[in-house]
Amino acid sequence: MARLSPDNVTLAREIIARYPRPKSALIPLLHLAQEQDGWVATDAMEHIAQLVGVSPAEVIGTCSFYEMFKREPVGTYLVNVCTNISCLLLGGEELLEHVEHTLGVRAGGTTPDGSFTVEDVECIAACTEAPCLQVNYRYRHRVTPEGFDQLVEDLRAGRLAEEIPPHGTLARIRQRVPAERVAGPASPVGGGEPAWLASRPAPPPEKVK
Amino acid sequence: MTVTDAPKIITGRFGHDDAHTLERYLATGGYDGLRAALDRRPDEVVQEVKTASLLGRGGAGFPAGVKWGFCPPGVWPRYLVVNGDESEPGTYKDRLLMERDPHQLIEGILIACYAVGCAQAFLYVRGEMALAQERLAAALNEAYEAGYVGRGILGTDFSLDIVLHWGAGAYIVGEETALIESLEGNRGMPRLKPPFFPAAKGLYLQPTIVNNVETLSNLPWIASNGGTAFAELGAETSRGTRMFAVSGHVRNPGVFEVEFGVTTFRDLLYAPVYGGGIRGGAALKAFIPGGASAPWFYEEHLDLPLEAGVVGKAGSMLGSGAVVVMDETTDVVKACLRLVRFFARESCGKCTPCREGTSWLEKILQRIHEGQGRASDLDLLLDISDNISPTIDWPPKQTTICPLGPSAVSPIASAITRFRHEFEARIGAPAPVTVAIAGNAYTAAPATPAPAEPEVAGV
Repeated sequence: MARLSPDNVTLAREIIARYPRPKSALIPLLHLAQEQDGWVATDAMEHIAQLVGVSPAEVIGTCSFYEMFKREPVGTYLVNVCTNISCLLLGGEELLEHVEHTLGVRAGGTTPDGSFTVEDVECIAACTEAPCLQVNYRYRHRVTPEGFDQLVEDLRAGRLAEEIPPHGTLARIRQRVPAERVAGPASPVGGGEPAWLASRPAPPPEKVK
Repeated sequence: MTVTDAPKIITGRFGHDDAHTLERYLATGGYDGLRAALDRRPDEVVQEVKTASLLGRGGAGFPAGVKWGFCPPGVWPRYLVVNGDESEPGTYKDRLLMERDPHQLIEGILIACYAVGCAQAFLYVRGEMALAQERLAAALNEAYEAGYVGRGILGTDFSLDIVLHWGAGAYIVGEETALIESLEGNRGMPRLKPPFFPAAKGLYLQPTIVNNVETLSNLPWIASNGGTAFAELGAETSRGTRMFAVSGHVRNPGVFEVEFGVTTFRDLLYAPVYGGGIRGGAALKAFIPGGASAPWFYEEHLDLPLEAGVVGKAGSMLGSGAVVVMDETTDVVKACLRLVRFFARESCGKCTPCREGTSWLEKILQRIHEGQGRASDLDLLLDISDNISPTIDWPPKQTTICPLGPSAVSPIASAITRFRHEFEARIGAPAPVTVAIAGNAYTAAPATPAPAEPEVAGV
């Protein structure tokens, strides 16, 4: 499966052009592949290696370091339950148990119909809203067992399709820089003092008499 | 209770539902700070930030203006990398700033780059924060269209691209050199300092400033109101205001912007407008004053002011502004295990003491938690801790490249020092401790349970 589509190749080239060195675009391109397929396939990594100009081994080296990149298919909805300290104190583990029970899979597993994958995750920065979870990285705060059951029902019925896109899609708004506004990437070699510093020099330090 | 009427420097727009739009931002003084900065020379803006004594809000608390000054003169280009990878357990503030007031952060980035002479900025947002990424993308698109970002900003010769970039799930990337590695497309493993201090050899080995989201969000106010006005707030070693996330067993968990130095932990935990007291009227057992990496505080520390220097002398840190409150019902062994498991999971694997040590610490705590602990286990935990962070003291020493390993030692040293009887109860036998914690050694279990009476705060 799954080299990048022609549209995504165009987008990939646009992203690469923003960076002084192409390899910096690796993580954004892996996200793009995951958005396209819901996970990161081997073919996609090889394609990205070509686009960025590194070896496939370097791509998998980077890809395998980061937890969000799934190198096997996961459910349409990734349910990440926080059990770190603030959530632990307010029932995070009990919530995870409830989630596992409701969906019938343990953390790390995917439901047989491919709808849900459950994960036991580290702090997701909603500590004052414990216990919390994310579905495809969209937050749900102060989650009760009943609230979670309702969430599953709504997801299964497609009532949250607008708010929660399928796994792989993060921001649905992309950075777009109008051509006439681009300042351009700053190459790490051969750069000089920026124009605005050169045109406004600091006065020489006062001489000590 | 002290609740000061200090201005809300960075959360002032949070009352508006549309604070993330350019329209609302401009209607509430937005980009005035940038205009004020562009009317001055870059070195004058740097001086203004030095006058403000703005401390970095990421965790280490280093003065931002001083950090900027570490770039070697005459080496170009310089880069700015914005650390929006908020992941320290208990920490919840940068996400709010990015979601609720993205233009304030963008304006802060512009002011910093103008002042330091950075030719390009990279805004590294945590991968798991989809809404923050959307809000920042929308805000950047608006700001480019309106001429605040890009080529020839507001008709001047100041030009800057801000590249929105996001991570993919790794706590360690919040460490500045790991952040740079990640931004170069690599595994997020920290670099050795020296020689790789970012200000000297950072992104692409060029001089690089790495600043936290909250730090940069203060700059528009400082540029508009002056560093002196900022420095008038707070206290000797901490100026201005700071966002604190108060979570755990309090009645009113929340994120509050409070004045540094004047406000105390007691205010933060108990004042009705802040934490509101312990849930259900229970007694306080312990609280973490600055994120999972910070040694724990207790009843006797409540009257300490929120001031970096004072908290440091008392043996902990304000860190990332994450205050986690544990009441008397808290299972200390379990809390300690969960914190240590975090560091074991997030260790990048580069340094042996951390890679091996944190996983062993987790395994030993797990067996104690499950009632399978041994009498020798507390000493074993401390021996491993001592190998990661020699002398188990504060501030921590380290046998590792970065502070992640030593961070796992903080909850262990705190929990064993204060609640040793709880570990022994779980083990079912006295557990002798011979490894010294910060020079304090025991040879046998104390005859009576560890001290529960609070001592008078010593500062």
